[in-house]
Amino acid sequence: MGAVRRAFAPWSNPDAKPLIRFDNVTKRFGDAVAVDHLSLNIFEGEFFCLLGPSGCGKTTLMRMLAGFETPSEGTITLGDQSLAGVPPYRRPVNMMFQSCALFPHMSVEKNIAFGLKQDGMPKDQIAERVGEMLRLVQLEKLARRYPSQLSGGQRQRVALARALAKKPKVLLLDEPLGALDKKLREETQFELMDIQHELGMTFVVVTHDQEEAMTMADRIAVMDHGRIVQVATPGEIYEQPKTRFIAEFVGDVNILEGHVQGQENGLWRVQTGYAQAPLTIDDPDEVLHSGQAVAIAVRPEKMVIQRDPPRTGALNVLTGEVWDIGYLGDWTVYRVKLATGEILRVTRANASRFVENPIDWDEQVYVTFAPDAAVILAE
Amino acid sequence: MNRRLSLFNVTSLVIGFAFLYLPILLLVIYSFNASRLVTVWGGFSTQWYGALFRNQALMEAAWVTLRIALLSATLATVLGTLAALALTRYGRFPGRTLFTGMVYAPMVMPEVITGLSLLLFFVAIDLDRGFWTITLAHTTLTMCFVTVVVQSRLMTFDRSLEEAAMDLGAPPLRTFFSVTLPLIAPSIVAGFLLAFTLSMDDLVIASFNAGPGATTLPIKIYSQVRLGLSPEVNAASTILIGIVTLGVISATLLSKRSVLRKAH
Repeated sequence: MGAVRRAFAPWSNPDAKPLIRFDNVTKRFGDAVAVDHLSLNIFEGEFFCLLGPSGCGKTTLMRMLAGFETPSEGTITLGDQSLAGVPPYRRPVNMMFQSCALFPHMSVEKNIAFGLKQDGMPKDQIAERVGEMLRLVQLEKLARRYPSQLSGGQRQRVALARALAKKPKVLLLDEPLGALDKKLREETQFELMDIQHELGMTFVVVTHDQEEAMTMADRIAVMDHGRIVQVATPGEIYEQPKTRFIAEFVGDVNILEGHVQGQENGLWRVQTGYAQAPLTIDDPDEVLHSGQAVAIAVRPEKMVIQRDPPRTGALNVLTGEVWDIGYLGDWTVYRVKLATGEILRVTRANASRFVENPIDWDEQVYVTFAPDAAVILAE
Repeated sequence: MNRRLSLFNVTSLVIGFAFLYLPILLLVIYSFNASRLVTVWGGFSTQWYGALFRNQALMEAAWVTLRIALLSATLATVLGTLAALALTRYGRFPGRTLFTGMVYAPMVMPEVITGLSLLLFFVAIDLDRGFWTITLAHTTLTMCFVTVVVQSRLMTFDRSLEEAAMDLGAPPLRTFFSVTLPLIAPSIVAGFLLAFTLSMDDLVIASFNAGPGATTLPIKIYSQVRLGLSPEVNAASTILIGIVTLGVISATLLSKRSVLRKAH
């Protein structure tokens, strides 16, 4: 979604100068390596997401940017300024904390004014800016309230307003929507995108929620064990995952293991244990050799489930038995058990309200997918 | 849970409280006794309170006690808060466990030993016993109580509040005074009140380190009682009990309030 919102792609312009540069950054805590020789460029105006499971180093990376941790090795640059030795209170970077971290002994307006007061801004200008921020997050009526008198969502807005008040070059958001329920979270996601678009500020978000990352980000960096596995737009991450870890971490995926048999007309032929005929995959960018062990990744919505046998000569046909059916309203999820025991996940959009004679439990079915629906991941 | 008070509950409550407070209640009642005889009730009167305020020696002792309590509680609060900060914030420094144990030791050390060792120390450094020695001794005794109270608050303190303040441009010292201190203030005041009351009613350590010209109220009362019970002493004790009770109750309320605020 993020990628198609507007034509904004400074990362594909070789002349563009990144705003934030991580250069070979390593962070160790004792023997544990939290961030491992990581390099990364983030551009001005980007909505950038650091995505990964807990303990992958994404929070440490953000805390190094805020100045709460110092890199063990490597440098971080913001604009033209190296951030080495710059304490958190002198960085043009503000953070919205996971716990909100609102000062409980200050009212909403005092909380928002705190950062401005540190800069020695005149009182009338502070009042004006606080008012502006309150309007931005639609909390004008709650200016005199204390944090303990606010709901979770309102606290999150105050935290956002407080972090934005100083007009930082970069806004860091640590799991910003973690505490909200699903509906409110989705609303707030779009609000955050609107605010970021309106202010033209660079946002760096840390999250473990792939849906959140996909919705909001211009680009996502997927992290694992202190390294970045792939940096790309949400669409690329989902449709062209670089590794099996990403394919499995972002969205649902069926993994079929096999060995490369060869290439025919630009299509890869992969022999697997799931079907007699080799599978045919259209993934021309991969460089593979015969006999190589590979994993084929196919997203559940790109597989087709049917009762009638496909026409003869159809590619990529698997047979199995319907093991489970999950009706989700917009989608139906079929879990199909293959003869080999593997279970495939196939989804189908419920485009019409009534289906005659629908596929039922324990039925023998055929599952097919197009050659270009799959991605080959080298093992 | 059964919230009803059964006969058994009521009985145990009454017996327990009677055991704790009957002697004190008796003392308070007899301080309003009109009779000079301590154990014979002669009607209600506040004459002993009047006599107390005319008793120059007792009033002087009370004034000394108050000054010592204020000064030693202030010193103990500063030192105790610093110790609490060091213990919660400084991470794992070598000897941390030892240091923690040593800070808490005066709580469980027999008072006689604390008093005696301080006396020996003051003699060794040739410090004249009196107002200052009692003040220092009380500071030693009460500091650990402040540390316990403040430390328990600091342990539940959300560090991200301080990080947020720094992130918004406040240097460490300003962060401490504008965010940390206001939030832990109730527990610091509670610690101060505890230290104040402990110093007010201490007899053992004070009598070891007292000298000519500096007698505290508990010492004075104790020495008077040895010459025979007097209703004046009852009156003085009642006032002391009142002050201590007030101090402990406000300390409790303050620490409870800061916990409640945290919970929100």
